[in-house]
Amino acid sequence: MTGAAIIGWPRAGGQAAPALPAERTRRVAGSVQFQGLGKTYISSAGEVQALQGIDLEIEPGEIFGIIGRSGAGKSSLLRSINRLERPSEGRVLVDGEDIAGLGEAGLIRLRRRIGMIFQHFNLLAAKTVRENVALPLRIAGVPQPEAEARVAEVLRLVGLEGKEDSYPSRLSGGQKQRVGIARALVSRPEILLCDEATSALDPETTLSILRLLRDINRRLGLTIVLITHEMSVIREVCNRVLVLERGRVAEMGPVWQVFAQPQHAATQALLAPLTRALPEDVAARLRQVPEPGDLQVIELPMTGEAAPPLAALAQGLRLVQAQVEPIQGHAVGRLVVLAPQGLDPRSLSSTARRLGHVAAND
Amino acid sequence: MSPQMIDRLSAAFLDTLLMVSASAGVAVLAGIPLAVVLVTSGPGGVFPAPRLNRVLGALVNGFRAVPFIVLLVALIPFTRLVTGTTIGVWAAVVPLSISATPFFARIAEVSLREVDPGLIEAAQSIGASRWHIVRHVLLPEALPGIIGGFTITVVSMIGASAMAGAVGAGGLGDVAIRYGYQRFDTTVMVAVIVILVALVSVVQVTGDRAVRRLRAR
Repeated sequence: MTGAAIIGWPRAGGQAAPALPAERTRRVAGSVQFQGLGKTYISSAGEVQALQGIDLEIEPGEIFGIIGRSGAGKSSLLRSINRLERPSEGRVLVDGEDIAGLGEAGLIRLRRRIGMIFQHFNLLAAKTVRENVALPLRIAGVPQPEAEARVAEVLRLVGLEGKEDSYPSRLSGGQKQRVGIARALVSRPEILLCDEATSALDPETTLSILRLLRDINRRLGLTIVLITHEMSVIREVCNRVLVLERGRVAEMGPVWQVFAQPQHAATQALLAPLTRALPEDVAARLRQVPEPGDLQVIELPMTGEAAPPLAALAQGLRLVQAQVEPIQGHAVGRLVVLAPQGLDPRSLSSTARRLGHVAAND
Repeated sequence: MSPQMIDRLSAAFLDTLLMVSASAGVAVLAGIPLAVVLVTSGPGGVFPAPRLNRVLGALVNGFRAVPFIVLLVALIPFTRLVTGTTIGVWAAVVPLSISATPFFARIAEVSLREVDPGLIEAAQSIGASRWHIVRHVLLPEALPGIIGGFTITVVSMIGASAMAGAVGAGGLGDVAIRYGYQRFDTTVMVAVIVILVALVSVVQVTGDRAVRRLRAR
């Protein structure tokens, strides 16, 4: 990291080399490193190891997803970034600074650089939208005129103009989360932590909130760390994903890769709801030992790298199922085709796999 | 009813009002901070201090366990120390306040404890200090419950103030005992009861209305 730590927002070029246009300057604010992180709880049932040996780095400006089943340690990991939870071992570095040694004043300064939104929004019922969003500035002692301008600015950013004087109880779930996002952004943070931010919302609202997060990430360039138990959320917004299983890293990588070739059983289980099973009529008639005249059922995984040329599919093949989606610009999914006996699945694609055989006369 | 009796009743009514409102004022000023300390010093609170919490808890329980009429008498030396006298309205305000404060503090404590811990976490995440959390989260969010609890406190104080006649404080209870009971003047007794019922109703309705308005936001 260079000495050009850029403070403030929107981020200026800082002390970047003058030859580089400002937007190409490598930003250094908004990185998180975990080094040998572990967390042990003492519960009534004895010691519970919530996290163990977490070593990874979240890059400035990326949208980093953490997924896992409940109890996998996602929440502890996320909360260790702004020290709402203290790790039992290891270190957390925010912008290269170990946050374990911060006193109360230092911790307050750190938290003003890290916004957070919550599953249940956690808005103050006794305050209006405007007062909720202004609170971080009010307690930071930002002068009134500046605070008002910034509140208006973030409310516009999240699309809540006209709701300034409403109380949270009058808002829909999606609007409440927008207030939460505005409150988190009003301090112009470098990092935004999202704790199951869409889990209490319906699918349509979830999508609109995720789009807003992606938009914010692009426009403000801030790092977003989100936890979820839904792979669809990861697919929608994240650049990289970490799969946690029982407090350990199960796997981590670019989202399209993890979707295309999940390595760990935990990832496969999480992906299962998104993967369509074979069509029922095919599945019911599938047999492993071919009878004369049977067709082969071949699966062609689309892993983003080696998509089979469609011309190959035209030669006497019948498409029975297709589930392909672009993830970060890579086609990921699978095709299932029926092929005559004798055709080598490997001739279609190196990753093609024979699932079985079905009778041809249907 | 003779004009003198009407004068006596209205003077008694004013005495009761004065006793109750002065002690209610003390109960708010002392009870809310006490409730805040009880909540925040407790386990999982924002200023954990287990020993202080236990001492305060025991003190509050001790005062709440003593019946008001006993407290009234037991506190006589203390009352003399504070007010210089042991009779009259101000002599009743001392034990009335000391009895109402822990009562109100316990009720306010329950409301403060019911504030969603998620709100405290959200406040921490925006860089709120512990004082900010008390000032901007705990107190405003618990306000409807605290006002509801204050209503209950005032109503029970109106009841307790009737015993203040025992230290010559006057008030409606005193008139009811001396004229209504000891002189068999049923009209006075009925008048006192009607006034007390009206007073309690006004307090209750006002309190309920304030709570409803706050909750409707």
